[in-house]
Amino acid sequence: MNFLTYLINGISLGSVYAIIALGYTMVYGIAKMLNFAHGDVIMIGCYVVFLAMSRSGLPALPSVALAVVACTLLGITVEKIAYKPLRRATPLAVLITAIGVSYFLQNMALLLFGADTKSFSPVVNVPALKLADGALTISGTTIVTVAACIVIMIGLSLFVKRTKAGQAMLAVSEDKDAAQLMGVNVNATISLTFAIGSGLAAIAGVLFCSAYPTLTPYTGSMPGIKAFTAAVFGGIGSIPGALIGGILLGVIEIFGRAYISSQLSDAIVFAVLIVVLLVKPTGLLGRQVHEKV
Amino acid sequence: MKKALSVVLTAAMAVSLAACGNDGGNAAGTTDAAAGGAAAESTESGAADAGNAAEADNGADAGSGAAAGEAFKIGGIGPITGDAALYGTAVMNAAQIAVDEINAAGGINGYPIEFKFEDDQHDAEKSVNAYNSLKDWGMQVLMGTVTTTPCVAVADMTAADGMFQLTPSASSTDVIANDNVFQICFTDPNQGAKSAQYIAENGLAEKVAVIYNSSDVYSSGIEETFIAEAEAQGLTVVADEAFTNDSKTDFSTQLQAAQSAGADLVFLPFYYTEASTVLKQADGMGYDPIFFGVDGMDGILGVENFDTSLAEGVMLLTPFAADADDEATQAFVAKYEAAYGSTPIQFAADAYDAIYAIKLAMETAGVTPDMSVSDMGSALSEAMPNITLDGLTGEGMSWEATGEVSKAPMAVVIKDGAYTAM
Repeated sequence: MNFLTYLINGISLGSVYAIIALGYTMVYGIAKMLNFAHGDVIMIGCYVVFLAMSRSGLPALPSVALAVVACTLLGITVEKIAYKPLRRATPLAVLITAIGVSYFLQNMALLLFGADTKSFSPVVNVPALKLADGALTISGTTIVTVAACIVIMIGLSLFVKRTKAGQAMLAVSEDKDAAQLMGVNVNATISLTFAIGSGLAAIAGVLFCSAYPTLTPYTGSMPGIKAFTAAVFGGIGSIPGALIGGILLGVIEIFGRAYISSQLSDAIVFAVLIVVLLVKPTGLLGRQVHEKV
Repeated sequence: MKKALSVVLTAAMAVSLAACGNDGGNAAGTTDAAAGGAAAESTESGAADAGNAAEADNGADAGSGAAAGEAFKIGGIGPITGDAALYGTAVMNAAQIAVDEINAAGGINGYPIEFKFEDDQHDAEKSVNAYNSLKDWGMQVLMGTVTTTPCVAVADMTAADGMFQLTPSASSTDVIANDNVFQICFTDPNQGAKSAQYIAENGLAEKVAVIYNSSDVYSSGIEETFIAEAEAQGLTVVADEAFTNDSKTDFSTQLQAAQSAGADLVFLPFYYTEASTVLKQADGMGYDPIFFGVDGMDGILGVENFDTSLAEGVMLLTPFAADADDEATQAFVAKYEAAYGSTPIQFAADAYDAIYAIKLAMETAGVTPDMSVSDMGSALSEAMPNITLDGLTGEGMSWEATGEVSKAPMAVVIKDGAYTAM
């Protein structure tokens, strides 16, 4: 029974990683850049929900909606101010800028909200599911997290496959210049990608903080790094890859902690990543892209 | 313009990477307690110099000589922002109360005290920087630092300078490795052993589980001695689970292990921030053992938006309870509440005692402000084992020459959202 509990905890943690990983993977797939500030957008989203709920007394759902709007705007703004001017710059310059934005957001949060730990009240009010005479408890947050993860994955896949904007995203990720020649508005497409990624970050943040309820300006950084790992693990640029990578990472982390050593769980996660990349350098579902001559 | 911006950003990043991990903003938190007109002037010039002379390590002795002579300069270091902010703030506030009281009553050996407190955000590197800038200010005695990890780093610096250091609350034995450092609080081995004894003697549980932070000396130090003493006391440790600073959000696995091992009591030797998460997650999974903490648990009721009903029944070993009915405690609590609008925690009481211990040692040793830092340091270190202080955190507190304190421990339980003596 313990095994099942660990598995469920792992899937729950992994689902959050997967939603965060989506933000990394979409931006990488389309803009070919690593948006290291993604984890901090999550943190900002959490603060918006926290303030809306505890200070202004808004109910849970409108608070989450507010956070999604705020994070979407933040994502677009960051892209416009920090990344767009660097579209033709070297990848390294963009990477450093992203890290700069990450620290900027953390320190801004520190200034605005203070460094004190806030206790996040869960936004999910679904009752826990008790199975097998109470030996197995699945918390309401877990249920909602996994459900949200699945809905988002399906929705996003449909969006990319079925809509014009989604097709434009695919085109830009294949070849930016060719897409532009075909009449795709590359800048608008990239902005849209950031908007979606950041909006998802808000949802991921709310779910993360509901399950692990402490909020500080650094809340986003570790899950951000883990989710980035998940994205690489599953094959960066691939939406199903983010899902598989995220869930596997969460399950490995929890199993490592439970069965091997609670001190080594992070080391185990990253060791598995190294092994996977040695065997399959593009990640589990990543595509091998050959340089065209 | 863009170039300049990217240079600035790169520089900012290099600095933050060097600081590594949880570095916060430039939260400035210093309180100047200037006593006496002439002394106030020297404080200001000293503080202005501090910025420029941050790296002048050896120049500090000379600097302090120039500014000294009029008043004793006591410095304090601790986190007033960051994860452990509650502790540093409590220490700063309570020390200020003690300093004001002493100054109002005529000072020490006829000289007033100046007190200045610097923020270290519970970070060793920032703590050393704070120490250097206090030295430039002319500090002669250090009351700090508040938390263990930074304190170990600073203790090596004070040993090199021969400065007398008294920490209110850094409890590792590593802190008092040097002869010039003394503690007001119990050492970690002491806390771990006393907790195990308390649990066994009061028959709180037979099967205990421990969850601890393996990346923190404070937590792992207590865990080690707790386990040893628990076995000696006939308790069964059914689960011993760790977490690290990088994985301190999800405790479900550790709690699950404790629950399935059938632990009736979970020992949590770490700080309140993580403890609040543990309590919430245990509640979420329907696990309700006795939770037993140490002094790091103190402050859990002050976490913003924390549902204090979750902490109901949590016990902690601490030498101070704000509702104790002795006169000294009540007077202190009333004064603290009036000045800062909150109930003082144990760290506040520790700091209050620390200032009075320094006063007593100074009077016993008969030191004067014009002595050099190292002369004063050795005089005070010699005086410490000979003094006995009746403080808020214990009657008849006395010190070993090693720096360890001896006083009786006490357990409090959280009842109706307040700490209550047991």
